[in-house]
Order: sequence, then structure tokens, then C-alpha cells
Amino acid sequence: MNIFRIFKTVFLIDFLTGLLIAIKEIFKPKKTLNYPFEKGKISPRYRGEHALRRYPNGEERCIACKLCEAVCPAQAITIESTAREDGSRKTTRYDIDMLKCIYCGLCEESCPVDAIVQGPNFEFATHTREELYYNKEKLLENGDRWENVLAANIKADNPYR
Amino acid sequence: MEYIILLFSEIYKIFYVLIPVLVSVAMIVWLDRRIWAFVQKRRGPNVVGPFGLFQTLADALKYIFKEIIIPASSNKIIFILAPIVTMTLALIAWAVIPFSEDYVLADINVGILYIFAISSLGVYGIIMGGWASNSKYPFLGSIRSAAQMVSYEVSIGVIIINVLLCVGSLNLSDIVLAQEKIWFVIPLFPMFVIFFISSLAETNRPPFDLPEAEAELVAGYQTEYSGMMYAMFWLGEYANILLMCALGSILFLGGWLAPMDIPLFDMIPPPVWLILKILFLFVLFALIKAIVPRYRYDQLMRLGWKVFLPFSLIWVVLTSGYLLYFDLLPV
Repeated sequence: MNIFRIFKTVFLIDFLTGLLIAIKEIFKPKKTLNYPFEKGKISPRYRGEHALRRYPNGEERCIACKLCEAVCPAQAITIESTAREDGSRKTTRYDIDMLKCIYCGLCEESCPVDAIVQGPNFEFATHTREELYYNKEKLLENGDRWENVLAANIKADNPYR
Repeated sequence: MEYIILLFSEIYKIFYVLIPVLVSVAMIVWLDRRIWAFVQKRRGPNVVGPFGLFQTLADALKYIFKEIIIPASSNKIIFILAPIVTMTLALIAWAVIPFSEDYVLADINVGILYIFAISSLGVYGIIMGGWASNSKYPFLGSIRSAAQMVSYEVSIGVIIINVLLCVGSLNLSDIVLAQEKIWFVIPLFPMFVIFFISSLAETNRPPFDLPEAEAELVAGYQTEYSGMMYAMFWLGEYANILLMCALGSILFLGGWLAPMDIPLFDMIPPPVWLILKILFLFVLFALIKAIVPRYRYDQLMRLGWKVFLPFSLIWVVLTSGYLLYFDLLPV
């Protein structure tokens, strides 16, 4: 042990330096957010809660091609379809088991009409499992609620697709 | 009738000290968490009440409504007794702390010995908790804690002898009054530093918090405790920390005395000075918690027995030699 090190140990130099740094850090801006009151920025590609979109005239976009059902790696999507009087094919059932879903975004990518999308919402925790078995009504409701954001996100992400 | 009046006036006096202490314990827990968070650039508790001040009360409420689990293989009486002992001992020591010249619950002549005895007894709560839990982590944690508290109490005792040599009285009010000319922190500065570090070890604060080293011992002697009993351990711990801060400010920082005898400082009531000094020491405690890594067990023991004890013993010889040579010994 040389003299310098003994000096440092006896007079607690390292410790006092640390204390000084700690006091300086106190006055620096905080890195964390007040979470429920302020939220971090989310990318337009964020894969959150699912939604089924509509055309501006209120018609459902989904044409029941079942590509999403086929591509879903977790097999979380179940679709049943029928032909309507006007000859168009529409879903009678569109269920997503949100507990099975792995939020990979393949359904959104496979959709030819941008009907099923994953929105920016990530705060959909529930008290029971049953509430997380989403059906067509719930998904359409999500789509109606988030339509503005979803449309803007799809537009913002379009150049990179 | 007289006895009843006497009883009630005594109880009133006790609550007059006890309730401020309990409230300040709650506030100090908040301050501790907040400083810790700020050093790490987090925000800390800031939701409940203004600046999150009532966070501790909310936590206490949560603890009250939680289930108390008593392990089947534990020694039930001692298991329940341990947190009670810890909290009671941490609180009764406040009886002799002088907040000002006449604001002291029990102005006994051996005040410093009383505090020393009570804080030595504090280890019993931890040993009882660790042993009665009948589980390996609490047991190991309490053994560590007992060894640590006993070794650092020795050096604290020797440091107190240093102060007492300069005062010539064991009464805490006399110790404060002896510092009217100069606070003992200036002539006995090395002793103050060692006292401060020893009190960190005595209250199981980082860097000496190995009785509850979560990486190896889960939570030490508190592992099996839950609900209100855990809260009592935790209350006792923080009351002890406050007590050590109060003791440090009384022994070295001049207790309720103002730093200088100028009219502006004299306007502030004496208890406020004591509280400010306690807060200053506590902020240091909290800052140190944020910056230091935990000691290894052998390093802890080496520091206590091979560094602090010889150094403070040598300082006793130096102090007494100095006082004797210059004929400054108090009568």
C-alpha cells in the first residue's frame, strides 16, 4: 500500500467524491415518467390492442378472407363467415383470444384491406380471463374508438411498408 | 384522585413526545425513499398527498389490513413478542432526549447510559425474531445482526467516553450545555466520523445492511413476518435511526443550541435546531444508502474490531492526556 492510497482511505476521499456526485445527481432532470399521468411516446408501428376498422360509410372492412386466421402463429383468431344478400362475404364471428395472442402483428400485415389492426392502446388489463376473449363487437367498438389514431398511424407508417 | 391526575399528566407528557416521534418516523421513511430515488434520477413516491408525503400512512394502512401469518413451526409467543420488543425499545429511548432545556420527558442523571443500555437491548428483538421464526434465513440474518450490533456498540461506547471526558456528566442536558462554547464536532471530529459510521452499522443501514442482504438472506430476520408485525419491525428500525441521529446531534452537534449566538438564530426555538440537526444527519444517512455497496461480513468485522476500536481507544488516551496536561478536566 503506497502513501497515496493510505491517505485516500484514511480521509475517506472516494466516499466523499461519491457523496458529492450523489448530491449533484439530485438536481438533474428525472429519467422516469409519472406513469399514469404522463406516458412515453409510442411508435406508429406499436402493436397493442387489436381493433377492426370500418370504411368511412360505416361498412366493415373485413372481407372474411381468413388470411389472419391462417397466419396467426398462436392460433388466437377464429372466423366464421357467410354471404350476405348483396353477394358480399362478411364475418359472422370474429374472435381473438387476447390471452393466446403473442402480439406479433402478422394479422395486421396479412390483411389486404387494413381491417384488423393493432392500435396504440396497451392498458386493457382486466379482472377476469373472460373479459379478454374479444369478439367481433368488442373489436369493432375498439376500431370506432381509436379510428382517428389508427388511420393516422397507418398513414405515417405507409412509406416504410 | 391525586394519583389519577399525576398518571394522566404523565401520560399526556409521554404522548407529547411519542406522537411527534411517530409522525416524524413516517415522514422520514418518505424522505429516505425520496432522496434515494432522486439520487438515482427517479421520482420516488409522489402521488399520495402533497409531494407524496402521506405515502407512509397509506403503506401503514395497507399493512394493518394484511393478514398476519405465523409459521406453524415457530415459537408463537416469542415470534409475536419480537416486533413488539423492537418497537418499544426504539421508542422508550426517546424519553431522555432533551429537545430544549426544559422540554425533556425524563431528565435523569445517567441519560447517556440509559440510551446505551436500551440500544444494546435492541438486539434482543432481532435475535428473538430470527430464532422464533424457526427458519434458516431469519436465523442467519439475526446471528449476523447480533454480531454486528455488539461489535459496533463497543466502539460507540468508547466514543461516548471521549465525549464524557470533555463534559464530566452523564446527563444529556449537561452534555448539550457543555457545548455552548464550541460543538464537540470540531475538537473531536475523527470521533464524530467514526460515531456516524458506527451508527450506520448499529441501525443496519447500508453499507452495513447485511442482516437483511436480500441477495443471500431474502430479508434476514424479517423474512417470516407479515402485516402489522412487519410494519412494527420497520417502525422500530426507523425510530432507531432517528434516535441515533438525535444522539449524534446531541453528542457532537450541540443538541438544541444554535450554531452562533446572534439574535436571528436566537429567535428560532431550540427544538427546531435539534430537529434541523437530526434532519441533516438523516439526509446524510439517506444519501449514503444511495451511493455505497454492501460490505462483506469479514470486512464489516475487520472495520469494527481492527480499525474503529483501536482508533477510538487511542483517541480516549489522547483526549484524557490533553485534558490532564492543560488542566481542563471538568469537575
